[in-house]
Amino acid sequence: MALFGTLEWATAFMEAVNASKAYEEAAKTWEGDFYFIIEPGGAVKELGYTYVDLWHGKCRKVDVVTDATKDKYKPEFVLQANVGTWRKVAEKKIDSIQAIVTRQLKLTGNMGKVMRAVKAAQELVNCVTRVKTEYPE
Amino acid sequence: MFFGVPFTVFGDDSLQYLNTIKGKRAFIVTDATIAKLGLAELVVNELKPANIECKIFDGVEPDPSIKTVEKAAAIAKDFKPDWFIGLGGGSSMDACKSSLVCYAAGIGPLDMSPSDFFDIRAKARLLCIPTTSGTGSEATWAIVLTDTEQNRKVALGSYETLPDVAILDPRMVMSMPPHVTGSTGMDALTHAIEGYTTTWRTPFTDGPGLAAIKLIFENLKKAVDNGKDAEARKSMMYAASQAGTCFGNGMAGLAHSCGHALGGIFHTPHGVAMGLYLPYTMEFVANGSEETLQRFAEIARFCGIAQGSDKECSKALIAAVRKLMKDIGQSPTVKDLKIDKDKYLKAMPGLVDRAVNEAMSIAVTRVPDNEDLQKIFVCAYDGKPVDF
Repeated sequence: MALFGTLEWATAFMEAVNASKAYEEAAKTWEGDFYFIIEPGGAVKELGYTYVDLWHGKCRKVDVVTDATKDKYKPEFVLQANVGTWRKVAEKKIDSIQAIVTRQLKLTGNMGKVMRAVKAAQELVNCVTRVKTEYPE
Repeated sequence: MFFGVPFTVFGDDSLQYLNTIKGKRAFIVTDATIAKLGLAELVVNELKPANIECKIFDGVEPDPSIKTVEKAAAIAKDFKPDWFIGLGGGSSMDACKSSLVCYAAGIGPLDMSPSDFFDIRAKARLLCIPTTSGTGSEATWAIVLTDTEQNRKVALGSYETLPDVAILDPRMVMSMPPHVTGSTGMDALTHAIEGYTTTWRTPFTDGPGLAAIKLIFENLKKAVDNGKDAEARKSMMYAASQAGTCFGNGMAGLAHSCGHALGGIFHTPHGVAMGLYLPYTMEFVANGSEETLQRFAEIARFCGIAQGSDKECSKALIAAVRKLMKDIGQSPTVKDLKIDKDKYLKAMPGLVDRAVNEAMSIAVTRVPDNEDLQKIFVCAYDGKPVDF
């Protein structure tokens, strides 16, 4: 069991992504890295940044940084939400596109590019569901 | 969650509402046909008592491109409007919405995101006047543009692109020819049926969806058969807007995914493509989802199409959709669109790739994989029922 937002969790997520044939196929042309940001609230006391570099169906790198070290990466996309929303997406209580469209998951970056990669986004969420996750709530 | 709907002015002579709006300059985004029919002039005339100066951009093509939007926004930048008026079908209204965002936020069409707040109303407000009864764009924030470089439709939007005002004046749709009345009407039916059955639906989307479906079953054939039937025209106009409210807040489904894919590659008119794929995709979802089967049955009962078990009612609804299409002369198969079978099959990887990457494809209760989509596309070519 890995705590969401930690390097341990990010590494387990990277392994799940790189083991997924479905994601590899769906994201074979995807080039783009992300910050997944967890907003403070409840047990989360400060902004948490998980860096994920996705390239041609594989996850090349993950990292976890803080607000003080966030300039280490300049990702093309940023997805930000509180831990409750991340959990709803991870547990498929809301689909990721719906979460973005309804502003529960705030996206910074080219929306058009994301909307052309819906299947990859769906498979990415499927990878999240395979990581045994504990949430800081 | 939230639910958005514009301030809606409807009924005979509702265009007169334009007399009362406050502002200085209105930028009217439309197409050449609408301008030629004199409908843009009607709008300009109704704005005269409000002392609003107008500029008409009539360069919107069917399936508007990103370049067209950028062109409109550049013209607006010089004119400095405080109203944007989308006049026409979905193409004109979508081009209007996106050019407003580009103008007000100083960004490109692809840079808009529902997550961002552009404060576009600090610069201009948005009013939409449909001249077809199908797209429902006047009631939604959704925008569909075409990326001409990739032959792909791009779904965009921001909650700020929900119009402030929608005007539903029946005289604007009276000149629609029968085939356009039919295809746009099927588009509206697709919006309502899909919006009523997606995973995004809410108690707020159910009412407008059901009401729209009933009105369409009761009035579409009448409006196609006799374009002068003012009551049928009016009912269809209201139904299309209600259907827009339903799917604009509750999302569309697989017929849209398949139809957009077909339109992106073969440039099939939007409404034709939607109606065509609707029964096939309804069969697919109903075959594997008890939840949607029940929803289809609810629709059938509400519209008086059938009584009985959920399965019987669902089948009857799909049959009623097919009968309506036949009655109004809409193509039930891809073959009927005169698309060459070899070209269609050769385009299959592109069709599937586009459809699977539409947001609508994951908003249904039975999410298809690539193989499912390919089978649906094949069934729709020759008109074989989807039995898997």
